[in-house]
Amino acid sequence: MPRINSAAELEELRKDILAQKDPDKTCISVCAGIACLGSGNAQVISAFEEEIKKQSLDAKVDLIATGCHGFCEKGPIVVIYPEEICYLEVTPEDVPEIVSKTVIGKKVIDRLIYTDPNTGIKAAHQTEIPFYKNQSRLLIGNSPKINPKSIDDYLAIGGYSALSKALFEMTPEGVLDEIKKANLRGRGGGGFPAGSKWETTRNAQPGVEKYVIVNAHEGEPGAFMDRALFTGNPHLILEGLIIGAYAIGSHQGFIYTRHDTPVLRKNLDLALAQAKEYGLLGDNILGSGFSFNVDVHLDVGIFVSGESSALMRSIEGMPPEPRPKYIRTSVTGIWDRPSNLNNVETWANVPQIINQGYEWYSSIGTERSKGTKLISLSGNIVNSGVVEVPMGTSLREIVFDFGGGIPNGKKLKAIHFGGPMGGTIPESLIDTPLDFDELSKQGASLGAGDMLVLDEDTCMVEMARLFLDFLAGESCGKCVPCREGMRQMLKILTNMTQGEGKDGDIKLLEEISGVVGEAALCSLGRSIQKPLISMLKYFRDEFEAHIKEKRCPANACKELK
Amino acid sequence: MNNEKIEQILNEHQGQPGALIKVLMEIQEENHWLPREVLVQVSEKLEVPLSRVLRIATIYKTFSLTPKGRYQVNICTGTACQVRGAQQVLEEVQKLTGIKPGETGPDMKFSLETVNCQGCCSLGPLVEIDGKTHGKTAPAEIADALKKYE
Repeated sequence: MPRINSAAELEELRKDILAQKDPDKTCISVCAGIACLGSGNAQVISAFEEEIKKQSLDAKVDLIATGCHGFCEKGPIVVIYPEEICYLEVTPEDVPEIVSKTVIGKKVIDRLIYTDPNTGIKAAHQTEIPFYKNQSRLLIGNSPKINPKSIDDYLAIGGYSALSKALFEMTPEGVLDEIKKANLRGRGGGGFPAGSKWETTRNAQPGVEKYVIVNAHEGEPGAFMDRALFTGNPHLILEGLIIGAYAIGSHQGFIYTRHDTPVLRKNLDLALAQAKEYGLLGDNILGSGFSFNVDVHLDVGIFVSGESSALMRSIEGMPPEPRPKYIRTSVTGIWDRPSNLNNVETWANVPQIINQGYEWYSSIGTERSKGTKLISLSGNIVNSGVVEVPMGTSLREIVFDFGGGIPNGKKLKAIHFGGPMGGTIPESLIDTPLDFDELSKQGASLGAGDMLVLDEDTCMVEMARLFLDFLAGESCGKCVPCREGMRQMLKILTNMTQGEGKDGDIKLLEEISGVVGEAALCSLGRSIQKPLISMLKYFRDEFEAHIKEKRCPANACKELK
Repeated sequence: MNNEKIEQILNEHQGQPGALIKVLMEIQEENHWLPREVLVQVSEKLEVPLSRVLRIATIYKTFSLTPKGRYQVNICTGTACQVRGAQQVLEEVQKLTGIKPGETGPDMKFSLETVNCQGCCSLGPLVEIDGKTHGKTAPAEIADALKKYE
């Protein structure tokens, strides 16, 4: 592979890659997202390889294992380009028929396409399936079309053009200004303006080395959109990171991710190696004089290491214990140097803002929450999966139009955002728009965008207990309010679900929550009471029924039936 | 235990205290558990006090300080799997294997763990046996799946 030494050479290479691609050539795109792999897509891929060989189609057909297509519920998914025919729940046994009828015969196999469960209407293309139809897949939409292991595929869809534009046509201040004007807000949970954070790191400790970090820890149960995007299109995040580093004046980046997603690790290592070979990473990027390197660090199994200051300790090789929140990591982070951390989705938004400008970006979304948001849908929902919608989309649309509603004829009871540090809102607030501030107002922060849908059979006391049970095993144990407060709250809630709740328990829970929220050291500790508080706000009668009547209104607690 | 491989991992990172987590992870992946004498070697080679090696080795759930069975059974207890019935699946597996999460049977056949969200919530409740994913598992099906392992 040649090293690219200028913006012109990059465009030249892009032209060459595009010239070699025949847009009419058949390409079989097999989803290799986590869920599709879990439901047997590796066998589907090998069946295709075998069949292509058997029919001597090697030269006429491309076969790619891609990142997540999003419609996890109906996996394994196979899409055949250029016609974009989408087959769902494909088994290895279906493969010979797909090759002979669709790849060679150009005919659609009716039994493998989408059938609307309500109307019976069939849809052969992704763009016609209700799940995909009204999404705005600006970030994840390319994943079905590219091979995440090929930098050429990313270049073919215009990849690294934003980096080239930033390096050669913009000053670091100009890039920073663009991100600030776009009002890009952090996608990891806080919703803090990314531009202001970048500026703080840029201006902190002049002359001292600065760091930029991708937080790809994604430890919240039910959150899987970052993994889906990062695995399926690693160069997108890398490009965003390099642009950010240029704006901030950093020459060293870190990617912090989980060790237990082997496909992500592989794709990421490959992406870094390829970018280096092309001269898009390393010394003198694209001949611009700007140098930047990236190291990958792995979490090996503790939730708290996704907290920004704990994550930075971990990169230093120390135990992942957070520091008090008044020490700002953007000023004093890794080895006490200024360190700017953003999550995967935030970085992924950067290239399109640079390419298309802040005016375009801020035309999407609501007044204070711009752009699109990736949402991972899970729980009691017909279509679990990853959707991408403009900010401002109503929760009703997400649950019923994209999510397909609640399975088994049950009623929706509540929606929980943000995992064990998030909040729950009841069914009655389903017309709330997806917006950082609107959701916060209702007591549920958007979190990273994980939406857990709960049906009428869910006991909210048990849900509150489950979240604390999860966190009790994940606290680092350094500060007392978090460690002991959680233990006591868990004990009270467990008693309630076992019919041993006492008068005054709710008051005690609220008191402990108040102390933990004020006095715990880090943002994890200070958020552990949030699910409970929101559930007490909207479902207090359920807690009272457990205590006073020894009754579980949802009929879920075994000891109380 | 493949001493040669462990030695190779240690030699690659000799004198690099910052590589502690990485080294422990590689040994764990290779050997499936971390014997005490290996932790002592890690401490000496990486020039990290043994107390810190132990601190790291005990805080992260991936590291095991006891030997593991031939087949690892992981049951996802993420919230989405929970609302779809993971608890019943876990109880069934405990009944069938006679071990609790974190334990290994005396016959060294199965080791049982509960794991956090694996990111494929559409497959919940999710069970992984020896690296193979079993999705949408009903408690009744799990006995058949476990029987296949000897």
